[in-house]
Amino acid sequence: MNKTTATIRAGLARRYARERRFRRFGLGAIIVSMLFLFILLFTIFSQGVSGFSQTFIKLDVVLDEATLGVGPGATGEQLRNAGFAKAISQSLYTLFPDVSSRSDKRNLRALMSSNAPYRLMGIVMDDPSLLGQTYSGWFLADDDIDTYLKGHVDRSLPETDRRLKDQTLGWIDRLEAEGRIEKRFNTEFFTNNDSREPEQAGILGALMGSFFTMLVTLLLSFPIGVAAAIYLEEFAPKDNWFVDLIEVNINNLAAVPSIVFGLLGLAVFIQLFGVPRSTPLVGGLVLTLMTLPTIIIASRAALKAVPPSIREAALGMGASRVQTVFHHTLPLAMPGILTGTIIGMAQALGETAPLLMIGMIAFILSTPEGITDPATVLPVQVFLWSDSPERAFTEKTSAAIIVLLGFLILMNLLAVLFRKKFERRW
Amino acid sequence: MSFATTSLDTGMTKQPHSSTETAPGNMRRATTAPLDIETVVEELKELPQPVGMPLLDDPKYHTRDVSVFYNETKQAIFNVDLDIGRNEVIAMIGPSGCGKSTYLRCLNRMNDTISGCRVTGELLLDGEDVYARSQDPVLLRARVGMVFQKPNPFPKSIYDNVAYGPRLHGLANNRAELDEIVEDSLTKAGLFKEVKDRLNLPGTGLSGGQQQRLCIARAIAVSPEVILMDEPTSALDPIATGIIEELIDTLRQSFTICIVTHSMQQAARISQRTAYFHMGYLVEVNDTNTVFTNPEHLLTENYITGRFG
Repeated sequence: MNKTTATIRAGLARRYARERRFRRFGLGAIIVSMLFLFILLFTIFSQGVSGFSQTFIKLDVVLDEATLGVGPGATGEQLRNAGFAKAISQSLYTLFPDVSSRSDKRNLRALMSSNAPYRLMGIVMDDPSLLGQTYSGWFLADDDIDTYLKGHVDRSLPETDRRLKDQTLGWIDRLEAEGRIEKRFNTEFFTNNDSREPEQAGILGALMGSFFTMLVTLLLSFPIGVAAAIYLEEFAPKDNWFVDLIEVNINNLAAVPSIVFGLLGLAVFIQLFGVPRSTPLVGGLVLTLMTLPTIIIASRAALKAVPPSIREAALGMGASRVQTVFHHTLPLAMPGILTGTIIGMAQALGETAPLLMIGMIAFILSTPEGITDPATVLPVQVFLWSDSPERAFTEKTSAAIIVLLGFLILMNLLAVLFRKKFERRW
Repeated sequence: MSFATTSLDTGMTKQPHSSTETAPGNMRRATTAPLDIETVVEELKELPQPVGMPLLDDPKYHTRDVSVFYNETKQAIFNVDLDIGRNEVIAMIGPSGCGKSTYLRCLNRMNDTISGCRVTGELLLDGEDVYARSQDPVLLRARVGMVFQKPNPFPKSIYDNVAYGPRLHGLANNRAELDEIVEDSLTKAGLFKEVKDRLNLPGTGLSGGQQQRLCIARAIAVSPEVILMDEPTSALDPIATGIIEELIDTLRQSFTICIVTHSMQQAARISQRTAYFHMGYLVEVNDTNTVFTNPEHLLTENYITGRFG
């Protein structure tokens, strides 16, 4: 064995040990991050899944003229003023005939969510033939009842420390025994807007707000970002101090805290240009500013990755530079550009801070129908709910997060699909 | 050493553009007493004039005093004077980095795409200034096709690859005409028989040699006047190389072909004239036979006999 071999052999053990250590660190890092991801998802799902179900109480409502004040053949206007609240209360009194005092009756009525009469009105308006008959159906219970049934109220606490008194708990026990109370899938979570009452709060408004905001962001940032990337990568003079300056600035903008973009939007779009605040339009504009650097950087990288031989081939055939870009370079760079765009959009979808600055944190009760209607977005809705005092909003918050995560996963899936679809080999 | 230098200074009356093959008493003839290579290169730098027959009557390309600079500091080729004849195959040989590819890319202004690249001198194609402000590089590149070292078909179908040029320049009025151009070009490139059943399959799925012939078909589909080939067979196996060499020989009937190659055998087989470049200087141009059998310049002889490069 010569000297070199001996030296190498002596070092081998140390070399392999180093390698093993490095691999173990890597594996450890992955395990730890997976663990945290699991804990995060587990927390959200375990809290949020119950947010998709809500407690309903089955009532037999007598829709007679004496209670409602209107009989069969009533017009819509008359129905709107009819005594549906009274009908709901009557049905409760019928269930519990022993309740007589005023305050007890008030407590009894508090079993139901305040939207029960409106729901009843909607049902009757859809089917006026119900008038004069008895309708039996499920109505939302108050969020306190819901919270109790989901196991968040400790019955062993002294009565004064509980929101639900013994009387109410007795009624609930009776309803449970009669099979008149149960937890059902809460479709209203997807069809309602925000509400102060947790059991009525839904994410439709926030979803539509997010949709319109994303639409504005996509329509603005994709063409502008791709065009900027094409110009910088294919046409701008190389080794030019001004181009370098632009490049440095774009790279820096990608790292600017997003709330700064919100301040900019407030100062420029709202104060200077008078764009209506709280709207998807101004939200989309601000998020466009935030998304542009991501799209530009990703698109430039994708364009750079197109082999120069393709460009040369096209130029050698007598294609102009613009033709070369649009016939060859851009289609080949598309998968990368789309991936970058979707990542940017996913970032924008989850963005809260800049939207707080431009008023998209407003409490909005109507579903936005266009880009100039006041709106809020999903992450801001999450923020709003997490700030609400009612216990029932906790699960709503988690449920909204689950919906948001669902959309993010959907977008990433789209990115993968686009990649697969547009990917071409050369 | 000093003696050698003096003898060079006195005896080396350079005879540029001489039409005679070898000037009597030309000290650079490799057959005379061995000379120091560095001295010869120094002398070439002082008076960059090629030996042999760089100039022709009524050439296709007329280039004089062509120099190329990269970023103002680095000069890639120095004062090249060269004529390229009609319907001839001219081979450009020389060691790596000698400027032959750079010179080739001047001929269709592909150097325009490299930032910081500047070309000086006179380049005329049929008497028209290639680098004139009025010259349109798009039109120029339609007239002067190019085939690259690495086969670079577009990631499209075989048909679309060949049809790209005609479509781009609007050479076909309808589908039938386009079909004809595509078939004609593929036939000329000797590829039609092999691919006629799969014209709609991607061109990138062909073998390397087929891809290169596809690139040649693509180049000739717009009926250029000149075809520039930058080491077209360096990435191919000997069989594919042989097919392409035969192809080049038949294409000579209709096109002027300038080919850069690292293979001296290839240059000897397919070209009528050969130009030897060294360190950015054009050293010798002559009939291919003469260059390979009776080189005039010491550097040429050293290169073709394999002493360097």
